[in-house]
Amino acid sequence: MEMSFEEKLQELESIVEKLENGQLSLDESIDLFEKGIKLVRECDANLKNARMKVEKLIEENNELRSEPCELRDTG
Amino acid sequence: MFFEEKGIYTVHEFTQAIKAVLISGNFNDVWIRGEVSNFKNHSSGHRYFTLKDKSSSVQCVMFKWYGQNLRFELEHGMKVLILGDLDVYEQKGQYQLKVRMIRPDGIGELYKAYEQLKNRLEKEGLFSPLHKRPLPAFPEKIGVATSETGAVLHDILTVLNRRYPVSVLFVPTIVQGEYAAQSIVHSIELLNRTDADLMILGRGGGSIEDLWAFNEEIVAQAVYNSRIPVISAIGHETDYTIADFVADKRAPTPSAAAEIAVPEKNELLGRISMYSNRLIQHQRRYITDRTSYVRELKKRVDLHLFRERLVNYMQYLDEIVQRQTQGIQRMIEIKRAMFSAHAGKLDAVSPLATLSRGYSIALKLPGKTLVRSVNDVEKMDEVQIIVNDGKIRCDVKDKEACIWK
Repeated sequence: MEMSFEEKLQELESIVEKLENGQLSLDESIDLFEKGIKLVRECDANLKNARMKVEKLIEENNELRSEPCELRDTG
Repeated sequence: MFFEEKGIYTVHEFTQAIKAVLISGNFNDVWIRGEVSNFKNHSSGHRYFTLKDKSSSVQCVMFKWYGQNLRFELEHGMKVLILGDLDVYEQKGQYQLKVRMIRPDGIGELYKAYEQLKNRLEKEGLFSPLHKRPLPAFPEKIGVATSETGAVLHDILTVLNRRYPVSVLFVPTIVQGEYAAQSIVHSIELLNRTDADLMILGRGGGSIEDLWAFNEEIVAQAVYNSRIPVISAIGHETDYTIADFVADKRAPTPSAAAEIAVPEKNELLGRISMYSNRLIQHQRRYITDRTSYVRELKKRVDLHLFRERLVNYMQYLDEIVQRQTQGIQRMIEIKRAMFSAHAGKLDAVSPLATLSRGYSIALKLPGKTLVRSVNDVEKMDEVQIIVNDGKIRCDVKDKEACIWK
């Protein structure tokens, strides 16, 4: 299951700290570095590709459904 | 005209007839403005009072089931608006109003009602900080309950889109007037049935009457009971409705609510790029450190240094060999000196030295036993005499014992 943005950001934070504080072997550090850079790219893409989606919630016969909401341009 | 022609009503029939006329239509569902007097809160739970103005008065009754949701208590002299239906109290032949709803009339009365409810709900713990739910740091779906018309939704969406685009679930909600409180409660309940992880309850600015629905107890309870955190954004910055006090977070305006609801995208991008820099810088430094360490190690095994060290060892070896040789030579000399000393001593006791001084040694043949006494030989025995430069063979002719000392 894919991590949420929040989890990715936390993971990234902990990787940076681990790298900066830990006495790591070269292999471990390269491993963490690669993971970190991957998370940086993902978080960055998550944010930059995020698009707002607006839906209207409708209740019919006690059932909930939603339909795309036309955004009125109120200028 | 005689009563025979017109018929005769009983009192009850007459009253019924009047009632039938009065309740037939025109006076149902009417709003009346007036002042409360003779208020009596009966032990049965029904409220009785007179509604009057300068020149008239009308009897009112509010039955228990309508009075249950009354958000304030009536007081003598209070100005109110009542919603009711005309009715006839048959036993007394009086017309009266069956009251279904009472609202404070005028700003002063509204504030009084507001203060009453606020104090009560505060005592009941609806505003307690302990009950406030933390807002999610990174909401993924935000519910927005507000009017379909008006700028509130637009303001919220604009800010969300700029700061941090998320999914928005909009519930059209009536935020003013008779059905507003019910509609707000309904919207809160609907959003609680979705996977929204946060909701904004919004309404644009207006008079205290316009915002009144947000001061209703049912709205306060719905906000209090909401599973998902509620940000309230009602009216202008200076307006505080009861819903604001119950909400998990109050925002001064709808735009501010959107800002509170989500983090800032650019700030996050900045944070991510900061992490990225720290990663890269650290890794670069780490690699540099390791490389220079390896260089350091390499220096220590450098061939040049190795040869130098080898020469050192060889010199040391030579020195040891030399010292060993010297030691052995000295030992040989000591042994030789000791040998000479011993040889000298041996020479001193040697019989050969005696012979060289002119003495001789006599041995009896054939056994070559040493002759020390005249008793060692007999006449005619053969004797060998050893002298300094040879041997003489003799026969014993005679012997004689002598005392020489």
